[in-house]
Amino acid sequence: MPVPQETQRSDLKVYLGYAAGVGKTFQMLEDAHAAAQRGLDVVVAYFEPHARRDTIEQVEGLDIVPHRKLDYRGRTFQEMDTDAVLQRRPRIALVDELAHTNIPGSQRTKRWEDVQVLLDAGIEVWTTMNVQHIESLNDQIWQITGIQVRETVPDWVIRQAAEIVAVDVTPEALLNRLKRGAIYKPEMVQKALTGFFKGSNLGALRELTLRQAAHEVDLRQSAYDETSRFQVSRVPKARSSEAAADESKERILIHITADSSSAMLLRRGRRVADFLHADCLALFVHKTAEITDLPAAEREAVEKHLRFARNLRIQTQILAGPDIPRTVVEYARRSQVSQIFVARPRGRLRERLLGRNYAEEIVRMAHDLQVTIVADRSRGQVS
Amino acid sequence: MPAWYEVSTASTYSDVRAIEILMRDPPYLRVFSPLRCETPLWGLHCRWKIYMMRVSELPRPSPERLLLQAQAEENKRWGARLKIFLGYAAGVGKSYRMLDEARRRHERGEDVVVGAIQPQQSEDLHAILQQLELIPPIPTPQGQTLDVEAVLRRAPQVCVIDPLAATNPPGSRNSHRWQDVQELLRSGISVLTSVNLLHVEGYKEKVQAITGKDTAETIPKSFLLAADDIVIVDVPTDLCLSRLGEKLTSIGISNSQERQLSELRELALLLTAEVVDAQLESYVHAHGIKPVFGTQERFLICITPDSNALAMIESGRRNKERFQGELHVLYVTRRGRPEHESPTVETYLEAARKAGAATEVLESDDPITAITQFAFEKRITQIFIGHGSHENWRDRFFGGPVLRLMRAAEGIDVRVFPR
Repeated sequence: MPVPQETQRSDLKVYLGYAAGVGKTFQMLEDAHAAAQRGLDVVVAYFEPHARRDTIEQVEGLDIVPHRKLDYRGRTFQEMDTDAVLQRRPRIALVDELAHTNIPGSQRTKRWEDVQVLLDAGIEVWTTMNVQHIESLNDQIWQITGIQVRETVPDWVIRQAAEIVAVDVTPEALLNRLKRGAIYKPEMVQKALTGFFKGSNLGALRELTLRQAAHEVDLRQSAYDETSRFQVSRVPKARSSEAAADESKERILIHITADSSSAMLLRRGRRVADFLHADCLALFVHKTAEITDLPAAEREAVEKHLRFARNLRIQTQILAGPDIPRTVVEYARRSQVSQIFVARPRGRLRERLLGRNYAEEIVRMAHDLQVTIVADRSRGQVS
Repeated sequence: MPAWYEVSTASTYSDVRAIEILMRDPPYLRVFSPLRCETPLWGLHCRWKIYMMRVSELPRPSPERLLLQAQAEENKRWGARLKIFLGYAAGVGKSYRMLDEARRRHERGEDVVVGAIQPQQSEDLHAILQQLELIPPIPTPQGQTLDVEAVLRRAPQVCVIDPLAATNPPGSRNSHRWQDVQELLRSGISVLTSVNLLHVEGYKEKVQAITGKDTAETIPKSFLLAADDIVIVDVPTDLCLSRLGEKLTSIGISNSQERQLSELRELALLLTAEVVDAQLESYVHAHGIKPVFGTQERFLICITPDSNALAMIESGRRNKERFQGELHVLYVTRRGRPEHESPTVETYLEAARKAGAATEVLESDDPITAITQFAFEKRITQIFIGHGSHENWRDRFFGGPVLRLMRAAEGIDVRVFPR
């Protein structure tokens, strides 16, 4: 057994693109070769076996940790062999496709969880992903492309990356690559052209990628300023303390229910809170403090939403109160919340008349607070 | 003027409603002004004519946009395309990316020449240049000038020009190199070129404020916006520094330099996003498809004389800054607006302009529809509105303006502010 070395958490580097074939993996491998030439110990920990020809050529000359082969429903799948990578202990591990979901029977459900293990062991990880896999963008992506992306990565995973690199290519060049058969097999091309790769989708996703990358760069600047302020002088400047006070004011409260719109509400709240540098908490209110007396389906939905909130690193709170909107508003007042996030009521008149409309009641009651009614971004695209 | 299409006639009001509801959903059509009534003087029957307008014709393109479109179309007529590689600093690898593309095009059989090249080249650049034909630039005391005549005579498919920002010596055909590029494009020669953020008009000052570096060369931003393709060459700042041969941050000298580079990097990413957004908008116009929402956060603040407008504007400014978004401030006045409320509104609009917002005053008897319409046209993602001042029995039953807006603004967040 090797003697456990000092395990300082290592750096993560993300190559961010907007579609398959923009050249994320290619760029990562190119940088890996440069690093290897400088004498750094780089290994390919996971690499898409169905990759493009020129990408496969790029792997040559790099050390590869063999994939783990798993049988599932009569077919063989390949996954990253995290234990083998840990054993190998490279300085840098390349892990393609961060958003991937592992085959059932794997040790961890998501590849990003495997990546956490590597980082915790002090191995630097370089990885690739597309903008549409960022959790908090899920509804916007749906609104823009009409496609619901299932495999997502929580924002905090990306936030911990020391570096984000935007891999940019023009949609025209991308479409050329696609038509030449460089991205998908010929029989897939037509499907791709009318699906994800159609019309304005690529332009819109590209814009989102660039803006996301700019945001990530900006966040890292703020973090840098925080640390350097301490280094330079112990006494913060008047302006920055003012700014700090300004920031601490924002607090976002997300009111979740059993309704499926809660997931979208949590994603949007998380995103807005991140941009505004605000605190974010989620609240579920029920008649009694125990949610066990809810009907089974409802209870499961609520528990799912609470789990999802924690997964996005949002604090959760369950409160008992006979009048739900009143409890939400009073809690918001008590805990200095600056904004309450509620779901937009469903459009159908029948539902509006029969069910209680928390959004409208909260708006009526909270005259002294900001209330944000979050749009249902999945609607309006359904054709 | 966009055209109205007469799509149907109806003889009862309920038919009109039915058609209005039917027509609201298809993405290409929107009921703009659903009905115009023609009432025969003698009959009991009313006939309703229904007009509508294509969604794509709704937002009117600015003269500047039309000019850009005309330019782009003229170039396209000759099949020439302009592709710009943008970098946030020297050393990000723009030239490499560009020459690598030139090499690949050459290998695929395109007729590629090099018209201008940076005086100092790294080894890998040199290797690529060996494979490409060079049209020798004219040496001058100030540096090298693109030999436009020679390139025109040679008439290749693609010409590589590195860098784009250069001033030609007195007596040249054009005073700036970007004008040379325009000439090549007009003659049907595609151009691959690279530019540093520092040389883009409007960014010069920002870059100067960050780095203290000054430059004489600027390229009009409209030139960038008119490009067929723009690609950002993005690398982490530390890699850029090490390529520049600077001491790495680990030595602790160039910490502030890395901070500066990081700011430049953010600016370059946002500039590219802006160009991509402009391209996306022309694409949407040209193809008559539904506008794309949500690629950028766009805030709309609806003010009234008795709203807490200043707080809303301040919050809007902060949001705009944090999200790097757009800010609009709208005041909807009823037709024949009372004189007494305008000074207050003027103060608010002035504050909004100071906060960097685009302001607009609309006249309408139906504020909620006016706001929704405006929000859809401007691709707004969040509407800020003040809590209603009083609730009468009608509002209590049907919902006040806030609730009506909340229902009407589908796909847009509505943020209600305290008064």
